[in-house]
Amino acid sequence: MLDTGQWFACYLTNGAHFLFYQSFLVVFALIFVTAPTALAFGFGAAAASRSPILPIRLLGKLYTAMVRGVPDIAFFLFFVIVLDQLIEYSVHTIRCPDWSEPIYQGANFLVCDAARVPPGNSPQWVHETYNFFLAVFTYAIVFGAFCGNVLFGAMRAVPRAQLETAEAYGMSRRQTFWRVLVPQMWIYALPGLSNVWMILIKATPLLFLLGIEDIVYWARELGGSRTSAYQYPHPDWRFWYFLGLLVFYLCFTRVSEIALSRLTRRLSRGQATMAGEDLRKAAA
Amino acid sequence: MSCWQTIQDYGLRSLGIGERLLPRSDITLCEQVVLIGSGMIWNVYFGILALSFGFFFAVALAMGKAAKPWFIRKPAEWFIFVFRGSPLFIQFFMAYEAFVMLPRLGVEFEVFGILIEAETRWLARAWLGALMVLFLNTSAYAAEIFYGALRSVPRGDLEAADAYGITGWKRFRRITFPTTMRLAWPAYTNEAIFLFHATTLIFFSSFPAFQQRGDALYYANYFADRTFNPFIPYPIVALYFVALTMCIILLFGAINRRLNRHLPAEARQRLRYRPNLIR
Repeated sequence: MLDTGQWFACYLTNGAHFLFYQSFLVVFALIFVTAPTALAFGFGAAAASRSPILPIRLLGKLYTAMVRGVPDIAFFLFFVIVLDQLIEYSVHTIRCPDWSEPIYQGANFLVCDAARVPPGNSPQWVHETYNFFLAVFTYAIVFGAFCGNVLFGAMRAVPRAQLETAEAYGMSRRQTFWRVLVPQMWIYALPGLSNVWMILIKATPLLFLLGIEDIVYWARELGGSRTSAYQYPHPDWRFWYFLGLLVFYLCFTRVSEIALSRLTRRLSRGQATMAGEDLRKAAA
Repeated sequence: MSCWQTIQDYGLRSLGIGERLLPRSDITLCEQVVLIGSGMIWNVYFGILALSFGFFFAVALAMGKAAKPWFIRKPAEWFIFVFRGSPLFIQFFMAYEAFVMLPRLGVEFEVFGILIEAETRWLARAWLGALMVLFLNTSAYAAEIFYGALRSVPRGDLEAADAYGITGWKRFRRITFPTTMRLAWPAYTNEAIFLFHATTLIFFSSFPAFQQRGDALYYANYFADRTFNPFIPYPIVALYFVALTMCIILLFGAINRRLNRHLPAEARQRLRYRPNLIR
């Protein structure tokens, strides 16, 4: 017999648990791939919404309004299917132009074999990676709209006088945008962006609904008393596994909160705001 | 079968009243609209009860967080942090597993002369268990909103109250609380809308639907599986929620006008719908 400490050391390091720990990497990967992509999307949308050219402006506004207007997680469940079918359909029309059967046959979405994305005979990991990137893209689109909204507001919050000064010095539109507006807008955007970041962290369990083997999937498989993925017989321990996940998320949000408050301080330096003024006085 | 007949059969299906068997083949649009609407009863039930109980708890929590003694402040801060810092999805899963682990006990007690038999088994059912989670969750979110508003009550108002000799409980009831509500109301409206949207998550939590008495998404999912066409039931759910959101905005807007009625028009706070996706 093993004593409690040794037993736990053994139990928590068996093969299935290492797969569980790996799935945490999936969550981190999702967040750290999605965040910059969403920020880029949002920046593009915000810049487009300020464009002097009407079609571009409309496009930027339409994107933010559209995603924000559609309620709830239905978007997540829906968009992945639609995206998947859209990709397969476009490949299908290119590769199999003389396909005569209908593509929608009742419940089934049937395209020719050459148009399967990823190809039907590819190994399991290709399918998983493909699904993961579909999910990342969906997250990036949704959170890009959130970021776009925040950044658009931040760009408008930069004092008008700053831009007028830049123009008075003879800067062009482009120069004003990149040298004056963009460096100054981050401090106004930060509260909104940290909010979006927190929402992004809390949205990660929804990966489970998209059929990806993430931490929720593994917590259910390992904790359940008899599942296909984990043969070890034990009573229902799912509560403890979910408690672990809860603690993981709490730590993650706490660390983010601290990091973001530091970042706020750092960005306030030299800004024409109250916080920036306080920092300047403290230094002087 | 006419649509009126369908309404009679399935209108209250989610409560277990009416036709037992769900439609299996030749599903009409009318059946989808009626059954999903019937499921909406549960979403509205969860939303209304969680909000109305949560309101009072949230006020208490906000007061607790603003209190000086650490043994009141710390628990309130931790409660708010735990429920706001973790995904609602995980909270649902965890609460369900915890409620299942509870020993099966029956408690009898009397309220207003009526004998009530309560069982811990009820907590593993959606109508009580999921409601508890939603109640605690919305309390935490609303408490943070109220706390922020409480901190931004103008100092001049409190000084004026002191000058008139209004203190203690009376000052809280007549000055602090109404001003807090007025300042918090636009944000609280969004929280209420958001909570109603969050009731859809109950379908994905482990809480089982008893005898196919599910919420709106339960029936939408059923129809999507039966007809193999997700493009009809899910938009119906979305439309129901848009309508629900309109009702909430109307109701909360009326309350907002009442809270702001003493102010000049330009100083009034307007409600702004700011949708939020996930909690």
